Amino acid sequence: MSNRLINWFKFASPQSFYPIAGKMLPWFAALTVAFGLPALWLGFFVAPTDAVQGEGYRIIFIHVAASWMSMFIYCIMAFWAAVGIVYNTRLSGMMTAALAPTGALFAFLSLWTGALWGKPMWGTWWVWDARLTSELILFFLYLGYIALTSALDDARRADRAGGILALVGVVNVPIIYFSVKWWNTLHQGASVSLAKSPSMAHTMLWGMLLMALCCWMYTIAVALYRVRAIILERERHTTWVSELPEVKA
Amino acid sequence: MNWGSPSEFFAMGGYALYVWGSFGVTAACLIAEVLLIRKRRHDILTSLRRELAADRAADRAAHKATHRMDYQ
Amino acid sequence: MSAFLAIVRRDLLLAARRKSEVFTALFFFMIVVSLFPLGIGPEADMLRKIAPGILWVAALLSAMLSLNRMFAADHQDGTLEQMALSPTPLALLVAGKVLAHWLVSGLPLVFLAPVLGIQFDLSARALLVLMISLLLGTPLLSLIGAIGAALTLGVRGGGVLLSLLVLPLYVPALIFGAGAVEADISGLGASGHLALLGAQLALALFFAPWAATAALRIALE
Repeated sequence: MSNRLINWFKFASPQSFYPIAGKMLPWFAALTVAFGLPALWLGFFVAPTDAVQGEGYRIIFIHVAASWMSMFIYCIMAFWAAVGIVYNTRLSGMMTAALAPTGALFAFLSLWTGALWGKPMWGTWWVWDARLTSELILFFLYLGYIALTSALDDARRADRAGGILALVGVVNVPIIYFSVKWWNTLHQGASVSLAKSPSMAHTMLWGMLLMALCCWMYTIAVALYRVRAIILERERHTTWVSELPEVKA
Repeated sequence: MNWGSPSEFFAMGGYALYVWGSFGVTAACLIAEVLLIRKRRHDILTSLRRELAADRAADRAAHKATHRMDYQ
Repeated sequence: MSAFLAIVRRDLLLAARRKSEVFTALFFFMIVVSLFPLGIGPEADMLRKIAPGILWVAALLSAMLSLNRMFAADHQDGTLEQMALSPTPLALLVAGKVLAHWLVSGLPLVFLAPVLGIQFDLSARALLVLMISLLLGTPLLSLIGAIGAALTLGVRGGGVLLSLLVLPLYVPALIFGAGAVEADISGLGASGHLALLGAQLALALFFAPWAATAALRIALE
């Protein structure tokens, strides 16, 4: 190993990552606000009223961001799961576990805001369109991961079993999405779809993008916050934890 | 600027329930998540401090016992 | 190869000694199928429309009920650890156990479903498509289920957890399996659906034993 290469594995130990995560946390919290305020500004005060959907369409700003994040987070979870299986690092499993609740939350919010968008627009609280139905199944996949890792007492086994589940899930998500899309187009009773958004004014697009970035920064901040708690729980019997200022206080 | 007055803003053209129901629940969930993690961190730190205090007390008691033996 | 066949033979023998477990799952299938008309109503037109979905969902649930049996008994008496230590690749042995599980839990459904399909006034050709869809689908359910069974091995309350893990992964099989029968009924032809079902099966045959083996090794440590 050349001295010029960064030794990434140095950061793979919980002991070295804990302080780094602590330092990064406030920056990502700041970025969340930095993206969030302009996003809300654009979404409420700049983006014009939609001709067809009136003011109700503004839900799109949070609905789309939540959907994107729920899918993005699952892919990141699968990435860390793969890293953990290949390199057998403990921290990767902790990161996957730290991300899961946030991902599940965004999946729920996607469904919730989707329902609240659908009711005034299409008249029903729920529409079995491809996007919402796939989102529902993704929500179940998140719940399954959380249930499995909670049920296993041994942390290492929980990490690795959860990792396998996440990887099997991530392979299945495109299959599930494709099959649900097929199912939806066949049963073309509901010719309306939540995927059909109003024709995008520039400001709407920018608003959605900024909101998505805001949610992304939020996710990283929350994941770092949670992984620090997980590290403390898992490493409670080590010397370095007992030497921490917040513990000694 | 879209809104003539604050009341227009809150009314959201009649869609108030849906728009504020969405953004409100989202904000509530995100805040709740942060608070829950804060509680989790607080719980583990409290538990660790308690354990360390108990360890130190046990060490002191053991230390006292061995010293008493030395003087006898 | 001989180890593979030996495992299949062994599991079939063990299942034969505990016939009641096997039949319970089949009775469950029959009862669940009969519950739907009781809950919804007896109009023939409507029943004919919902029959493929009901039969497939019931088959799915019944296949899931028996997944626990795949590894639990061997895990409890230590046979599973011996299998992991043996020179034969564990993936091969796992594939054998999945085949035995399918022969005992899945294949009977293939023959039982058309009989129950008569209750829903399905045509003979629709019943044939139903059989083929289940013939392709039930091995798929056993393969995916094996991953779930391996992940939840030895976990208390594992049965319900297994269902939560496995049901989302079953959705594509359900969509194309039931969809094939519906497509045949509506005259569109089931070949597309069946082909996709077959493709999923081929994919699962390749990946599922491997994933289940990895999960078993994690559980056995």
